[in-house]
Amino acid sequence: MIPLHWFLLVAAGLFSLGVYGVLARRNAVAILMSIELMLNAVNLNLVAFWRYMAPETLSGQAFAVFVFAVAAAEAAVGLALIISIYRNRETVVAEDINMLKW
Amino acid sequence: MKEWTFIAILLIVSAMLPTVPIMGGRLLGPRKPNEQKSSTYECGVETVGDTWVQFKVQYYIFALVFLVFDIELVFLYPWAVAYNRLPLFGVIAGVVFIITLAEALIYAWRKGALEWL
Amino acid sequence: MNLPTLESINLAASLPVLILAGWACLLTAIDLFISPERKHWTAWLAVLGLLASGVALGFEAVAYSQRGAVSAFGDMAVVDGFALFLQGVFLLSAFLGILLALNYLPRHNIERGEYYTLLLFTTSGMMLMAMAADLIVVFLALELLSLPLYVLSGFAHPRLDSEEAAMKYFLLGAFASGFLVYGIALTYGGAGTTLLSGVVEALVGGGPAPNPVLAIVGMGLILVGLGFKVAAVPFHMWTPDVYQGAPTPVTAFMSVGAKAGGFAALLRVFLIAFPATGDTWGVVIAIIAALTMILGNVVAISQSNVKRMLAYSSIAHAGYVLVAVAAARYPEVEPLAVSAAVFYLLTYAVTNLGAFAIVIALERDDGTGVEVEDFAGLAKTRPWLAIAMTLFMLSLTGIPPSAGMVGKFFVFQAAVQASVGDPLILTVTIIGVLTSVISAFYYLRIPVMMYFRDGEGQANVQPALGVALALTALATFLLGVVPAPFLQMARHALLTLAG
Repeated sequence: MIPLHWFLLVAAGLFSLGVYGVLARRNAVAILMSIELMLNAVNLNLVAFWRYMAPETLSGQAFAVFVFAVAAAEAAVGLALIISIYRNRETVVAEDINMLKW
Repeated sequence: MKEWTFIAILLIVSAMLPTVPIMGGRLLGPRKPNEQKSSTYECGVETVGDTWVQFKVQYYIFALVFLVFDIELVFLYPWAVAYNRLPLFGVIAGVVFIITLAEALIYAWRKGALEWL
Repeated sequence: MNLPTLESINLAASLPVLILAGWACLLTAIDLFISPERKHWTAWLAVLGLLASGVALGFEAVAYSQRGAVSAFGDMAVVDGFALFLQGVFLLSAFLGILLALNYLPRHNIERGEYYTLLLFTTSGMMLMAMAADLIVVFLALELLSLPLYVLSGFAHPRLDSEEAAMKYFLLGAFASGFLVYGIALTYGGAGTTLLSGVVEALVGGGPAPNPVLAIVGMGLILVGLGFKVAAVPFHMWTPDVYQGAPTPVTAFMSVGAKAGGFAALLRVFLIAFPATGDTWGVVIAIIAALTMILGNVVAISQSNVKRMLAYSSIAHAGYVLVAVAAARYPEVEPLAVSAAVFYLLTYAVTNLGAFAIVIALERDDGTGVEVEDFAGLAKTRPWLAIAMTLFMLSLTGIPPSAGMVGKFFVFQAAVQASVGDPLILTVTIIGVLTSVISAFYYLRIPVMMYFRDGEGQANVQPALGVALALTALATFLLGVVPAPFLQMARHALLTLAG
C-alpha cells in the first residue's frame, strides 16, 4: 500500500500551490480558483487520514463532504460578488479595485 | 511492486497510441498547404465576428444556481444508499434537507434568477 | 456504526439555535411575498424570531442552573454556561443590529428583506459556534457565520466602496478559512478524531494514533484562521477597508458578532482541545495580543474617518481579549480569565453598537459625514447625542463610569494573576495598560470636538435608532456602575468538556 506520507506530501504541495496562487494572481477569479485548490488539498488530507488512521469512524469522510459543500457555497457567493463588481467596474483585477486604502 | 509495473506499461502504451500515428503522419506525409486547407473550418460557414464574445450575465447566474444544487447532491447520495437501514429520525432529517433545497429553488425562481431575459 | 438517535441529538438543548436557523429559512420564503414597500414587516418578523430564540435560551439557562452542562448532536455540541452567555450576547447584538438598520436601509435606498434573513443566518452561525465541541462544527459554524457577512458587507450594492469591501472580505476570509480547515485536517490526522475532547485525550494520554507534531502544526494553522476572524495583528489587514466600506449597521454588527464568534471558537478550541500544548500557544497568543494592542491603538490615532478609526479600535480591543485568552492557559486562572473574556465581549458589544448608532445618526444619505470634523458643535445642536457619544468613548477607553472600564479591569485582573511567574504575561499586561492610555488620545478627540469646537453638528435620529441608542447607552452605563449581576452570570460562563 502507498504510504500515508505520500498523500500528505501531495496535499501539502497542492495547498502551497493554492497559497502561491492567492498571493501571486491578480485576477479575482484566479484567486478564487486558488482558494478552491487549497480546500481540495484539505479534502485529500482528510480522506487519507481517514483511511489510514481512523477507518472505523466516518468523521473524516463526512468532513470531506462538508468541506466541498462549503466550498461550493463559497464559490457561489464569491462569483456572485465578482459578477456584481464586474458589472459596475468592468474589471476583476484585484489591484484595480482600490478605492479604499489597502 | 508488481502491480505498479503493469500500470507503468499501461501508461507507456496508452501514451504511444495517439503519439505514434500523429508523429508518423507528420514525419512521413508530404506537406502542401493551401488556403483552403489551413482555414479553421475546411467546410461549413465562415465564422462572423470575434470569438471572444461576452456571455450574458444570466448565464453565470444559471451556473451559480446549478453549482449549488449540484453539490447538495453529495448529501443525498449516501442518504439514499443507506435508506433501508435508516431510523425514522434519519429519514426525517433527509426530508427536511430536501424541503430546504426546494425552498432555495423557490427563492431563486421568485427572484427571477431562472428567467432568461 | 451507531446512528444518531433523538436522545443523542438532544433537540431541547439546542433549541435556541434551531429556532433561529429554522426561522431564518422560513423568513427567506416569507419575505418573497412581502411587497417592497413593507419590508419593515420582515424586520419585525426577524425580531420575533430573535425573541422566540431568546425565550428558549432563557429556559435553557434555567435548566442549566439546575442540571449543569449537557451535550447535543451526539457530543458534537455542548450547552454550557459559556455557550449560553455568548448566545445571549449574540441575540442582543442581532436585535440591536436590526434596530440600527430599520431606518438606515430605506434612507439609503437599499431596503431589501435579505438584510434581516442574512442577519438571522449569521447569528445562528455564531450561536452554533459558541456551543461547538467538535472541529467539524467549528468549521461549519464559522462558514455559516462568515458567508452571510460577506454578502451583507456588499449590501449597499451598487455603491462601489461597499462592493469592494465585500470582495476584499470574501477573498481574504475564504483564504483564512482555507488555513483553518487545513489545520483542522492536520489535527484530525494527529489525534484520529475531530471531537475536542478526543483531541485532548489523544494528545495527553497517547490515543490510538497520536502524532503530536501534526496536531501542533494544525493548531498553528487554526490560530491563523481564527486570528483572521477576530482581526488579530498579523491578520488584520482587511479590517479597516471592510469596516469603512460596508454599510454602517453591518459594520456595527460585524465588529461585535464576528469578533465574539471568533473568540468563542478560539477559547473553546484552545482551552479544551490543546491545554497540553499551552506553553506553545500561550507564548504565541501573548505576543499576538501585544502586537495587536500596539498596532491597533497607534494607527487609530492618525485616522480621520470615524468608521476607520473604530475599525482600528476594534483591532485593539481584540488584543485585550487575547490577553485574557493567553492568561487562561493556567488552569487556576482559567475560570476567571474565561469569564473576563466573555464579559469583555459583552461590554464591547453594547458600547461599540452604541458608538456605531451615533455614526449612523450622523451619516448623510450619500455615505459621507463620518469624519471626525463632522462631530464639531454637536454638543450644542444635539446635547443628548453628545452625552451618549461621550459615554461610549469613555467606555471604549476604559474610564469609569462605563462598561468598558469594568471589562478591562477584569481582563487585567486575570492577566495579573496569571503573570505570577510568567514575565511575558506581565509585560503584555503592562503594554495593555499603556496602550489604553494611548487610546484616550483618539477616543477623547471626539468629545473634545463636540464640546469645544464650533460647528454645525447635524444628526438624524429616527425612532428605531433612538431606541437602539437609548438601550446601548443605558446598558453601557449600568454595566459600569452596577456590574455585579452580569458578572455573576459571566462567572457561570465556564467551559465544560462534552457533558
